[in-house]
Amino acid sequence: MNGFDTIIEGVLLGGVYALFALGLSLIFGIMRLVNLAHGDLILLAAYLVLSVTTVLGVPLAASSLLIVVVMFAAGFALQRLVLERVLGDDILPPLLVTFGLSIVIQNGLLLGYGADSRRLQAGAFESSSVTLLPGLSIGLAPLAALLTAVAAVALLQLIFYRTSLGRAFRATADSPPIAQLMGINERNVYAIAVGLSVAVSVIAAITFGIRANFDPSIGPARLLYAFEAVIIGGLGSLWGTLAGGIVLGLAQTIGARINPEWQILAGHLTFLAVLMVRPRGLFPSRRP
Amino acid sequence: MTALLSVSALDAFYGDFQALFGIDFELQQGEAVAVIGANGAGKSTLLKSLAGLVRNRPDAIRFAGREIGDSPAANIVRFGLALVPEGRQLFPSLTVEENLLIGAYGGERTSPWDLQAVYRMFPVLQERRRSAVTVLSGGQQQMVAIGRGLMSNPSVLLCDEISLGLAPIVVEDIYRMLPRIRGNGTAIVVVEQDIARALRSTDRFYCLQEGRVTLAGRPADTDQDAIRTAYFGT
Repeated sequence: MNGFDTIIEGVLLGGVYALFALGLSLIFGIMRLVNLAHGDLILLAAYLVLSVTTVLGVPLAASSLLIVVVMFAAGFALQRLVLERVLGDDILPPLLVTFGLSIVIQNGLLLGYGADSRRLQAGAFESSSVTLLPGLSIGLAPLAALLTAVAAVALLQLIFYRTSLGRAFRATADSPPIAQLMGINERNVYAIAVGLSVAVSVIAAITFGIRANFDPSIGPARLLYAFEAVIIGGLGSLWGTLAGGIVLGLAQTIGARINPEWQILAGHLTFLAVLMVRPRGLFPSRRP
Repeated sequence: MTALLSVSALDAFYGDFQALFGIDFELQQGEAVAVIGANGAGKSTLLKSLAGLVRNRPDAIRFAGREIGDSPAANIVRFGLALVPEGRQLFPSLTVEENLLIGAYGGERTSPWDLQAVYRMFPVLQERRRSAVTVLSGGQQQMVAIGRGLMSNPSVLLCDEISLGLAPIVVEDIYRMLPRIRGNGTAIVVVEQDIARALRSTDRFYCLQEGRVTLAGRPADTDQDAIRTAYFGT
């Protein structure tokens, strides 16, 4: 059952990568904004959850909800107070600003929490598993991560394609001035999009923080995986991003199975291969 | 009677470039007015100023007792002034029905125009409501653009070159709907290059040339030569 194990492990890891990537994919799709601080925002969320659970003693589920709300508000404010000023035809200023933000968050976390590795405690949930077949068990936490990723994509799809807010998102992505003619306040739409993106990152932070250790310096590496998942899946497609995360997860676990040193390399090579064969990703959005 | 919409001494700029010079313009409730003029005369700029896409002094434009010269476009459509932009400018990511629904995004004015009323006027749109707008014919796209404008239930509908690039028979179909729109009390401003068509379907006209009003009046009281001079400026 060795090969089968690897595939399941890869798919489950892909769920975590997809969650990293969703927020990035979301605001790129709506605003054409590449948020270089995305990985660090995920870490910030992880540390906030850590603080609320350990210092205040709030249960993980409740503190997650609280931090989702807090981070949504933070994302909203980030757009209205900072990013809004640099968004425009030139893509360089927002890149520089989010790059700077990444450094600020990293050093802020270092100052506040130190450089030690931390981990979110989820009690028995971390180590429990379900047995699918005799001799084949799946860890509950990674399974929950994958299911959460699927649910998050489904929910975002629902918002995008079934609600008035979703129509406003898509219309604004098509043409901001014409969207304004419809009574859509572009500034609010963008701020909600960034808020949503950062809120989704909290989910990513929790699934990741239960699974692995984190310290303030690892944000940029998470950003890299997120980027790769978005590009593999195809820009502007949320289901594509989920698929991209799973492809990346599979590549890494299969690589690791062949030789443990190859885990990261195999992911990057797969990314390059997809770029060469399908430069627009596996499931590019229909929009030109 | 005070006008529903009045523009006084409007100067509009794109950066340093001045596109309009001291425009005066009035519109009564339920009226249909044509704005004619050659390419670059400032017709579209006038409509964009009214819709809030080009900002001006607050008191340059008064609408229903409000000074709206510097209001953002997203507010102006809520006040009841909707623009059907030149070249239709539908949202390609949205279906036909979604394009119509987003016209009602402001959401404060709900009658008489809703999805059903638009479909009654343009039945073909109901048949194609789930289609992407990119696969519609030009005429159907224009119907969506007009329907989208009406969904906000405006008291003034601004139509920028709605016949542009359409077959004459399709233009005829679309213009036939204007009385129906006015029948609900909506005033209409049409910007047209086709002078004869514009004058036939409106009560009054303004002729622009190089950013200034060169002639205004009722089509029936104005002779062709005067219009030609105002239009070409010979």
